[in-house]
Amino acid sequence: MLQYSPDFLLDLYARMVRIRHFEESVKFMFLEGALPGTIHQCQGQEATAVGVCSVLRNDDFITSTFRGHGHALAKGLTVEELLCELFGASTGCCKGKGGSMHVGNMAKGMVPGIAIVGGGIPVAAGMALAFKMQKTDRVAVSFFGDGAVAEGAFHEGVNMAAIWNLPAVFVCENNLYGASTHISQVMRDTNIARRVAGGYGIRTEQLDGNDVVAVHEAARAAVEECRAGSGPVFLELLTYRLTGHSRRDPGHYQPKEERAAWSEKDPIPRFAQVLRDRGIADDSVLEAIAQRIASEFDEAVEVARNAPQPTVEDLLTDVFV
Amino acid sequence: MTRRLGIAEALRETIAEEMERDPRVFCIGEDIGISGGWGGAFTVTLGLEEKFPDRMINTPIAELGLFGVACGAAMVGMRPIADVQYGDFLFLAADQVINNIAKMRYMSGGTATVPLVMRAPIGATGRGSQHAQSLERYFAGVPGIKVVAVSNAYDAKGILRSAVRDDNPVMIFEHKLLYGSKGARAESGAVDATSDIPDEDYTVPLDKAAVRREGTDVTILGWLLMLHRSLHAAEQLASEGVSAEVIDVRSLAPIDYETIGASVRKTGRVVLVEEGPKTGSVSGEIAAGILERFGEYLQCPICRVASADVPVPFTPVLENAYRPDTPRIVEAVRAAMRS
Repeated sequence: MLQYSPDFLLDLYARMVRIRHFEESVKFMFLEGALPGTIHQCQGQEATAVGVCSVLRNDDFITSTFRGHGHALAKGLTVEELLCELFGASTGCCKGKGGSMHVGNMAKGMVPGIAIVGGGIPVAAGMALAFKMQKTDRVAVSFFGDGAVAEGAFHEGVNMAAIWNLPAVFVCENNLYGASTHISQVMRDTNIARRVAGGYGIRTEQLDGNDVVAVHEAARAAVEECRAGSGPVFLELLTYRLTGHSRRDPGHYQPKEERAAWSEKDPIPRFAQVLRDRGIADDSVLEAIAQRIASEFDEAVEVARNAPQPTVEDLLTDVFV
Repeated sequence: MTRRLGIAEALRETIAEEMERDPRVFCIGEDIGISGGWGGAFTVTLGLEEKFPDRMINTPIAELGLFGVACGAAMVGMRPIADVQYGDFLFLAADQVINNIAKMRYMSGGTATVPLVMRAPIGATGRGSQHAQSLERYFAGVPGIKVVAVSNAYDAKGILRSAVRDDNPVMIFEHKLLYGSKGARAESGAVDATSDIPDEDYTVPLDKAAVRREGTDVTILGWLLMLHRSLHAAEQLASEGVSAEVIDVRSLAPIDYETIGASVRKTGRVVLVEEGPKTGSVSGEIAAGILERFGEYLQCPICRVASADVPVPFTPVLENAYRPDTPRIVEAVRAAMRS
């Protein structure tokens, strides 16, 4: 911890706060009826996205899921391009053709979110294969949930990455639920990292996914191994979704005590306490960060609300090159 | 100078030439690149591992994964040629093909490109129900992929070249009885689809049908094996005084209504021939497309010759009854001429 500069740690904090503020504000706007479609949010899971992406370069690639707002912000997409996309504007990161479940930006190393569970895993393996064939040290990272582990795509993608030693990091955000179904109902052995290590013969690690510095360190080691030709690596990040699966899901299937216990482990207040304890930031500094992020968001909302919608002619473009 | 090649040889040669020309091109599939192996199920990639040991990616038996891997590699600068041993296995790959490969460009607002060639052998060939289906129907209606079918070696070469050089996903369907595979992989009942292949670097467009035989009385539309059956039927019909124009539809998505329309305007009679069940067929789509565009030129109802709505059977007696043959095409044309 001590080896990190205060600026770096404050930046990790700000990135998590940005995601939380984005998600909470978007949820409000959605319930208000300002946004079309549906949303899947990641409140409580900010440390996984921020910790992992903090070790990636712009030219490294990630695949994400239907729950991709946090990954996108962590990989460097702006609040504005994401909000514009959520509003369906032609200035969105996917010109309004992707929407919440498919946010991405190829120029920033994020393919459009793949909303079929597990679908991004072989795609990430393929990007990693390309990076290896191209003799670069780029890395592909795939984010997915515990639910994806039951998919055939998971097995096929991880297996191929393993047999070919690909520079891929598989990041399983284990938040205990696939939609509304608890992990214990779909797995006999719920220690995913152990299963993957035994099943595929690759290095795996299970860790506290709500500790942003721990995630950063695990991801850094994994990415370094991949860049050095010793991939792939599998990370199981234990975390929890402090919001519904989607839209208006109140999450009644999450027992109150369980949710309360995980709220205690909320990565943002937890890291704020670390920063205070280490004398890196006091309340006024943290408050200033929150203020800065809130006003940045407000400006972006203003832009997004007034951004141009695509025209009917745009329906037929972007199918082929 | 020309050389006489079959489809498998033409494809093999073209893959080698394109890999030679462009270091981004590589092959990915099952049982490819194995020294002493088969070169895929139908010898198309036979021996290429000697020349390109690092670019023949032999995968586990995992079609979903391999098409996902091909998608990812294509999105970051490679130009994969992915194949399945039998088209029927595309159902396993379908999520990656339909949800990712076909949609990435659109979902990304036109910023992602997936320059990917997918090859799949199809057709009933004595292998029962699960190594025999005609898969075109399942992919021709998926926006975001180009779908073509190759009926001779000249096209195989020119179309594969175009597909590899195209920045979009292209699905190429090949027929097991047309490959001209030799040795242990030779097919009984194979049809000669060899062509004189010129030495120059020619291409065949991915969106054009081809008139294979000119005629004035009736237009017969087919592709793959059914094109050959249709040409055979047209010869027989000529001896009865019926002048049949035979078109190789070739491009199944998009469908070339310009070439088809020119013929329909001339003949006023259409017979569509397709291997595969009639219900949900590509020929149903083409029939509707012709009616919408050229209905006023039709002198009789459009006729379809297709397989029965049953799974592909094994025993030759039933398989032959399943797959449209020359007599059925001839009979359909005679009926069209009478009405």
